[in-house]
Amino acid sequence: MSERIKVLKTYKIFIDGKFPRTESGRYYQLKSKDIPYANVCLSSKKDLRNAVVAARKAFLPWAEKTAYNRSQILYRIAEMLESRKTQFIDELTIQGFSKKDASKELDQSIDRIIYFAGWADKINQVFGAVNPVASSHYNFTLFEPMGVIGVLSSDESPLLGLVSSIIPVIVSGNSCVVIASEKYPLSSISFAEVISNSDVPSGVINILTGTKKELASPISSHMDINALGLFSQKIDKQIFINATENLKRISSFNDIQIYSDDFDSPYIIKKFMESKTTWHPVEVDFTKTNNY
Amino acid sequence: MIKEFNNIKVDKVGIEDRINRITKRSLKRESKLKGLEMILSMIDLTTLEGMDTVKKVEQLCYKATHLHNQFPNLPSVAAVCVYPNMVRIASNSLKESDVLVASVATAFPSGNATLQIKINDTKEAIENGANEVDMVISRGKFHSGEYNYVFDEIAAIKDVCGENSRLKVILETGELGDYDHIRMASEIAINAGADFIKTSTGKISPAATLPITLVMLEAIKDHYYSTGKMVGMKPAGGISNAKLALQYLILVKETLGNLWLDKHWFRFGASSLANDVLMQIAKQKTGFYQSNNYFSKD
Amino acid sequence: MSSTIQPLEFNGNWELSPSLESTDHLSLKNQYGLFINGNFVKPLSKKFFPTINPSNESTIAMIAEAEEKDVNLAVKSARVAYDGHWSKMPNKERAKYIYRIARMIQEKSKELSVIETLDGGKPIRESRDIDIPLAAAHFFYYAGWADKLKYAFPIANPKPVGVAGQIIPWNFPLMMAAWKIAPALATGNTLVLKPAESTSLTALKLAEIIQEADLPPGVVNIITGPGTTGNLMVNHRKIDKIAFTGSTAVGKSIMKNIAGSNKKSTMELGGKAANIVFEDAPLDQAVEGVINGIYFNQGHVCCAGSRLFIQESIYDLFIRKLKDRMQSLILGNPLDKNTDIGAINSHNQLRSINKYIDIGKKEGAEIFQLNCEIPSKGYWCAPTLFTNVSQSHAIAREEIFGPVLAVQTFRTTNEVINKANNTPYGLSAGVWTDKGSKVFNLTSKLNAGVVWANTYNKFDPTSPFGGYKESGHGREGGLHGLEAYLNLS
Repeated sequence: MSERIKVLKTYKIFIDGKFPRTESGRYYQLKSKDIPYANVCLSSKKDLRNAVVAARKAFLPWAEKTAYNRSQILYRIAEMLESRKTQFIDELTIQGFSKKDASKELDQSIDRIIYFAGWADKINQVFGAVNPVASSHYNFTLFEPMGVIGVLSSDESPLLGLVSSIIPVIVSGNSCVVIASEKYPLSSISFAEVISNSDVPSGVINILTGTKKELASPISSHMDINALGLFSQKIDKQIFINATENLKRISSFNDIQIYSDDFDSPYIIKKFMESKTTWHPVEVDFTKTNNY
Repeated sequence: MIKEFNNIKVDKVGIEDRINRITKRSLKRESKLKGLEMILSMIDLTTLEGMDTVKKVEQLCYKATHLHNQFPNLPSVAAVCVYPNMVRIASNSLKESDVLVASVATAFPSGNATLQIKINDTKEAIENGANEVDMVISRGKFHSGEYNYVFDEIAAIKDVCGENSRLKVILETGELGDYDHIRMASEIAINAGADFIKTSTGKISPAATLPITLVMLEAIKDHYYSTGKMVGMKPAGGISNAKLALQYLILVKETLGNLWLDKHWFRFGASSLANDVLMQIAKQKTGFYQSNNYFSKD
Repeated sequence: MSSTIQPLEFNGNWELSPSLESTDHLSLKNQYGLFINGNFVKPLSKKFFPTINPSNESTIAMIAEAEEKDVNLAVKSARVAYDGHWSKMPNKERAKYIYRIARMIQEKSKELSVIETLDGGKPIRESRDIDIPLAAAHFFYYAGWADKLKYAFPIANPKPVGVAGQIIPWNFPLMMAAWKIAPALATGNTLVLKPAESTSLTALKLAEIIQEADLPPGVVNIITGPGTTGNLMVNHRKIDKIAFTGSTAVGKSIMKNIAGSNKKSTMELGGKAANIVFEDAPLDQAVEGVINGIYFNQGHVCCAGSRLFIQESIYDLFIRKLKDRMQSLILGNPLDKNTDIGAINSHNQLRSINKYIDIGKKEGAEIFQLNCEIPSKGYWCAPTLFTNVSQSHAIAREEIFGPVLAVQTFRTTNEVINKANNTPYGLSAGVWTDKGSKVFNLTSKLNAGVVWANTYNKFDPTSPFGGYKESGHGREGGLHGLEAYLNLS
């Protein structure tokens, strides 16, 4: 009996809940000891543009969901990831990780998703405020999502880096366009498969593979992106200059932070939120106000 | 006059909470079958297309009078609703039946025409045999705050209709913006002499919805409380399945009570609802789920 | 308004046929032991009592009665679990256990709803849409807090209290269990919980879920029995905190028992809430809110809007709308998906409600009741409304805990604030007006722990709940609900 031939997986990008190939048709090859093991999409400016359109469309419905609902959806991602642990560990070992490190990367990623999922309905309880203004007004401040966030994911941390750059960004109601690690793209695409199976609405998370060299410039200059999350090490100064065009908010993180337990913090979420203050009059007792 | 309208506020969240409860009512067996038959009797079978032809209208009228042949003792639909130029065709086709002819009028669907044109439009429809007239209000005037104009126009059309032709006033709620506006437009129409208030032309989305219908039913109720006069209600557009139509009936039952559960006071403006209702009736009577292929499409 | 106009008619013509929720999928035992140290055990007392379906008076199952030795065992197992592992477990691991419970409640929500309705008499619509989903949501919400406490109480070094004794009422059995258990676990406490005598079943089903979730033994202990079992818990030396929800009378007696001891406590007690309708209110939605405020769960709600204040200018219209709306309420089999008003929870409670209805009539108030068929078996009370009521009437002062509404009128804002606050209770209040500034004026003046504006009887895990004055102390729900289970420095 002849040996069964394995079916190889095609790694595609993730836009608007679908898995298209890059419109450019280009790819780059991943090799292990000179043997190619995957062809990965080299996304173009146009792919990025499509991803931003999808993210913009998804933003409001996602932000308008109840925090409880968002929380449950994110928790569901953790459930799905837990059930696919072995697949991810295998992929990480193909990419050169030891079994032990791969397993740890998975555990940390799952726990981090759960940690941030829990913040959805708590962030405003910790940071929101009622402000005791010195007039007959009821005045309160709440935090709201910013909109579409451009994310340059960690280069060195294939899954924990990706999770850390996505979950804190979307938990408050933002949508995002993520440029995956160029070096370790496989986990990104597999994570997209997890997302597409976990009730996350299409377009909330979009993941492109390719080179930061090519994509960092259009993502930083895109006028419909509200903020950038830079989880990548090598960021050119030009990126910061581009971002000033529409005053994108920028938050940067490094791999040491990502691997630290201190990354589990609501302040990461808050970096991708705006505060809004509302004033409303409070009726004053009419018998006490006509002594002019 | 303006002060007279819109005294009662509408709370959007509260309205939707109420609908949420209505839609959780569960209908089974006898009450479902009775409801389905009631719906059938309340349908204004409608064709309002730019491409309407004599043949199309004749087919629809045939359907209106024969659609219940499959099962004995089913009621016929309430009316056939057409454009004014088709009224003659419809009234000829329906003269042997008790199905009424309703005609849209007053520059349907936009309503953007002079009062004289609207009056002539209405007169023509009635002269050709329309039993009922479905007019549209001037939404532009409403939004510019010319409530008296909207009122007077409705009153003028009602004058043309007289006592013998019932007037349904289409608010086109999808263009009114919010529930307070819908409430106010309902009150204007009712006070100007509408026999029915109707949600939509079917040309604008969203058309009829349960919350919008509730707001209008409450306006009808308050009018009844203060005058004792009944006004009819007609949701139109977007009600294409029996399940949804049953929820409308429950809404009427629980808001206005039994008196309104009658084709004289409640109608559905719909084109494809009748088939689904028939399918559900068949399901209730045979116990089998049905297929579209066994119900004629006209 | 003309009085010659024929009233609207809501009955006859077209009635909804019964649409009964199926009971096929239930897994109920004939007899339930006590849930101690992770296992169901026979009570050392060897005593059992029946739990009854109040809609037909049939016995559903036999429930164990915990006496002193049983209580000691439960408290000891909670103590051992606390000292042994639970208080030392990493916060994020504890969180994952609580998430499991939330998910399992969601998975079994249908079964739990049906049991809640069978055992307590509440309409299936409510247990299905409110009680059970809220119970799950509570666990879900507090699971998230377990590893975030340092942000809720910065620099205060939050530490668990120890072993909590929790005693809950019969009006929202599973939901109350969730309100108590979820924050206690999230903050690292272990606990002994006692459901009400007449509604133990869903708490025992929750014990099965906790078993299935593989929660370490002894962290949650659920013991059943009458008030005397509760008393044993209150007086137990090894319990560090008492959380009680129930009547003000029992609450006061518990406070006497623990007075001078180091026991912490939260008391969620009775209420006599004012529901205030101004002339500029969205009237039809206010009617809905008034109905929901008093007839929700047969009025067995501590925060029920049992005193209605209507501004005089709209009094006639509003009463008319209210009575018409009452006509479409459906009273009957709680398992019928169309039922709005289920059975009164127990014979005792029915007797107490009827006593108040008699008092109301004797005091000269005018009674209006839903004209409906009352089932021959079980405990039932038609939705009732009293007009011509004044502040001094007993039905306007005392908590009835049933579907009985006392209606009064007012002319000005100040007048209604005074009337609303003129009560020993202070749990909740409702305000209906189109004007935001009036809402905020009233919310600042009303002495109540929760004020609903243009809505009523809304609950959410993120939102603190609890009362002023004799309605108790401490808050449950929200960030504030954590505090009752923590020592802060």
